[in-house]
Amino acid sequence: MSDSDKLKDAVGRYEAGVEKSLAKFPERKAEFVTGSGAPVKRLYTPLDLEGRDYLADQGFPGEYPFTRGVQNTMYRGRFWTMRQYAGFSNAEESNKRYKFLLEQGTTGLSIAFDLPTQIGYDSDHPLSQGEVGKVGVAIDSLADMEILFDGIPLDKVSTSMTINAPASVLLAMYIAVAEKQGVSPDKLNGTIQNDILKEYVARGTYIFPPGPSMRLITNIFEYCSKEVPNWNTISISGYHIREAGSTASQEVAFTLADGIAYVEAAVKAGLDVDDFAPRLSFFFNAHNDLFEEVAKYRAARRVWARIMRERFGAKNPKSWMLRFHTQTGGSTLTAQQPDNNIVRVAIQTLAAVLGGTQSLHTNSKDEALALPTEDSVRIALRTQQIVAYESGVAETVDPLAGSYYVESLTNRVEAEALAYLARIDELGGAIKAIEQGYIQQEIQDSAYRYQMDVEKGERVVVGLNKFQIKEKAPEGLLRVDPSVGERQCEKLKALRAKRDNAKVQASLAALKTAAEGDANLMPPILEAVRAYATLGEICDVMRGVFGEYKPSVMF
Amino acid sequence: MDRKIRVLVAKPGLDGHDRGAKVIARALRDDGMEVIYTGLRQTPEQIVQAAIQEDVDVVALSILSGAHNHLFPRVTELLKEKGAEDVLVIGGGVIPEADYGFLMSKGIAAVFGPGTPTKATIDFIREHVRQK
Amino acid sequence: MRALRGRGGRAHLIGVTGPPGSGKSTLCDKLIAALRKRGARVGVLAVDPSSPFTGGAILGDRLRMQSHATDEGVFIRSLASRGRLGGLSRATQAAARALDAAGYDFVLIETVGVGQSEVDIVKIADTVVLVSVPGLGDDIQVIKAGVMEIGDVFVVNKADRDGADRVVRELRSMLEMAATLRRNAVPASVDTLAGRTSALSAGKSGAAGFGAAKPGAVSGPGMTAPRPAREWSAEELAHHLTENANSVTVANDAELPPILKTVAETGEGVEELVEAVLAHRAGLAAAGLLEARRLEGIRAEMRSLIAFRLLDALEGGEGRAREDALAKAVLAGEEDVYGAAEALFAALSKGGRT
Repeated sequence: MSDSDKLKDAVGRYEAGVEKSLAKFPERKAEFVTGSGAPVKRLYTPLDLEGRDYLADQGFPGEYPFTRGVQNTMYRGRFWTMRQYAGFSNAEESNKRYKFLLEQGTTGLSIAFDLPTQIGYDSDHPLSQGEVGKVGVAIDSLADMEILFDGIPLDKVSTSMTINAPASVLLAMYIAVAEKQGVSPDKLNGTIQNDILKEYVARGTYIFPPGPSMRLITNIFEYCSKEVPNWNTISISGYHIREAGSTASQEVAFTLADGIAYVEAAVKAGLDVDDFAPRLSFFFNAHNDLFEEVAKYRAARRVWARIMRERFGAKNPKSWMLRFHTQTGGSTLTAQQPDNNIVRVAIQTLAAVLGGTQSLHTNSKDEALALPTEDSVRIALRTQQIVAYESGVAETVDPLAGSYYVESLTNRVEAEALAYLARIDELGGAIKAIEQGYIQQEIQDSAYRYQMDVEKGERVVVGLNKFQIKEKAPEGLLRVDPSVGERQCEKLKALRAKRDNAKVQASLAALKTAAEGDANLMPPILEAVRAYATLGEICDVMRGVFGEYKPSVMF
Repeated sequence: MDRKIRVLVAKPGLDGHDRGAKVIARALRDDGMEVIYTGLRQTPEQIVQAAIQEDVDVVALSILSGAHNHLFPRVTELLKEKGAEDVLVIGGGVIPEADYGFLMSKGIAAVFGPGTPTKATIDFIREHVRQK
Repeated sequence: MRALRGRGGRAHLIGVTGPPGSGKSTLCDKLIAALRKRGARVGVLAVDPSSPFTGGAILGDRLRMQSHATDEGVFIRSLASRGRLGGLSRATQAAARALDAAGYDFVLIETVGVGQSEVDIVKIADTVVLVSVPGLGDDIQVIKAGVMEIGDVFVVNKADRDGADRVVRELRSMLEMAATLRRNAVPASVDTLAGRTSALSAGKSGAAGFGAAKPGAVSGPGMTAPRPAREWSAEELAHHLTENANSVTVANDAELPPILKTVAETGEGVEELVEAVLAHRAGLAAAGLLEARRLEGIRAEMRSLIAFRLLDALEGGEGRAREDALAKAVLAGEEDVYGAAEALFAALSKGGRT
């Protein structure tokens, strides 16, 4: 009898024994499922991993297919970057918050922009009313950006900017600020999100239609590969896809599908895959199902490595690596009993770290209610520090590898993601799938299913649909000063009066000409930024040439 | 033919987080209502004009950006100006409880915070539209 | 509704239909803009299906036209089909009449095109714009022959995509086939389209096509709603042509309805579409067919109202009981379905319920 047969016998005996005792000691539920609703078996054994090849499927950290991590020593070398997303009100206030965070031991900045900035409107645009400085910092021109980074040496920090549709403009502003500090672009480290496809799908801060948006993105790839070589030119984001309600497998699948679309667009634009692929980075969510989340990151790395090597023929191992930032799941936080959120965030932090993230933002407990206060931001950061310094999980590489359950989950997420990728290929790729509403529909279906499960009590959310208490209204929430908008408008007015408007007009005209042709748009955008043209003015020029995206809606 | 309850689900302001708005739209549909979905980035003017043209019983506003104190009252004001103050206006999203009182004083009939079951919104609509 | 009697009839009713994903709403958005530029006031009725299970609906067409929401010269109303026979709701007809009476110069009626609803549009629209799009299916056969018949102006939208020219060619050849078949006197279902279009473009033939437009509308006792003409697949048409090869004379271009390419996203081709729609109506008027078409519409509407009334009666307690009893009798072999339907119809029309 072979070992495998012996094992099958033994597992059979175990299951038979369980079946017998079930009548007397029933299990809690008829069906057990993961956070994403996938079935979970009672027990996992080596049988679940039969036919898998350790070297080919898991391998070693720092080696293809990177299932076990992208660096060979992982956190034994250094911890992940603890990067807290922050920004509100105006540049002055946000600058203060960044300095606070750096003093507290944050190792990278992560800039949150307000919605008008993210959609390319100046603070005095009619649609900006009520929105200025609300969910992030308002940036109208280079003048604001100079204040935002005042006293922060840009060659010493790495800065992540959550900016998509107008990413080229904000990147140009960052480069221009660096110039003024005497820092050359090749010394800059950081990331722009620059992921327009997930905006159409899940986040909603789009401006232009897909065609010109993809052009802007490939323009950035090309420009940075020469001028800003250490910049992560895109952060292909599953985060918002998950927040919109997707499952873990969908998060992987739709994110990688977007990634494929970006690579294809850049290759089609004539770039060599190994020239830009090492600068691609990813951004994932961390939800509460610890093992499923860990499996998700591991599966994502393996699938991406194979796509890059086999499908795109990338030769540079750095092109195969899926490096990612993680943020804990905003949609998992409850407005009820908000202190419980600290515990959720701790579990999610473990998931991200056990999954081998390169950087992490931990949400603050009050984010289901408002923007976080300094106190709650500190607790969130401390959560990361406790996991890093006290929990011991960072002392060895990929500690959950070899767990029958985690490896099975990794294989399952991989298989489900591959099935989705095949379907999206059939539809003609991610852009087509988005235009047809396929991806949105899949996400919405999952979101609705989840909501109904919660409402039926089939899924327990502590404090929300079980273990509720009477609560008083929370106090001490952060409020953005409503006069921020007015002050920002005054600043704009003063700027328009003070700057060399002939120079502004000339730079905008040059940008228009470039947009109508097929030149790289980064240089003319940089020129306009240097002339203190506003974000809204620059985006309006492009709106005029490119038109605006109009979503279709499907249910 | 029975008159279905008609609801306009709209997202005023600039935030693009429409998971909640879409879930509630579906839930209302599955409860037999007719839902007009106008999508993202709606100005109060657009929302009110749509509410009037569509002859809706309810306007459901969802916002997560924090601009509710500015935008929600604009909607109720404009409805009043157009003589459509009988339309029930409700709100949802990330809205601090401390703001509920202010919003209600501006004619918002109810605010549904994060974690509200869709059933609660449906029941509220059914009850208050019937009263009209 | 009676208060509106006699005030309407000025508005040009334009039906816009096509398969889901063909960009109808965006096209309507651009049509609104183009018509507004000409100073016209525009009403829009956007029809979406209701859920057959709950009767609820999500009406999302408006989303694409929201930029006109604050324009006082534009009125957009979303309608749910409410699960009635024929995707187009009864309310659409009433709403179109109301917009007409309110002085809107054009009323666009947008509906998802997948069957009966397209055919229903003909009843009230003066001009039917049939939208297709490359890349939705294998080829043009997505647009079924039964649906092809109702188009007065054909649009291939998203024409910047690969395959647009092929869709145009396929449309043309199907229309040619249909026109040729008409000339060679083949079944009414095909005759309809060709008869009407040739009448319009050249004003040559009479209104025969209109008369035949509703074959089988009430084809037997108890039949409660107009039925579409039988659908002919491309293969069937081709087969018919070969079968009758000897006697075939080929249709010429002047007899064919216009086929236009548009890119609604950018507005390309929209002006031409407006021109074609206006020309169609002018052609109808010149040929003296506008009134005939509208009379036919009114007749069809009356028929469908009667049909609905009968259905309502059927759904009422007494009607339902009678229906159940008769159905059981048919199942038991005591009665055949024709006889049963006849009996039911007789009972209902005697005023089983009014």
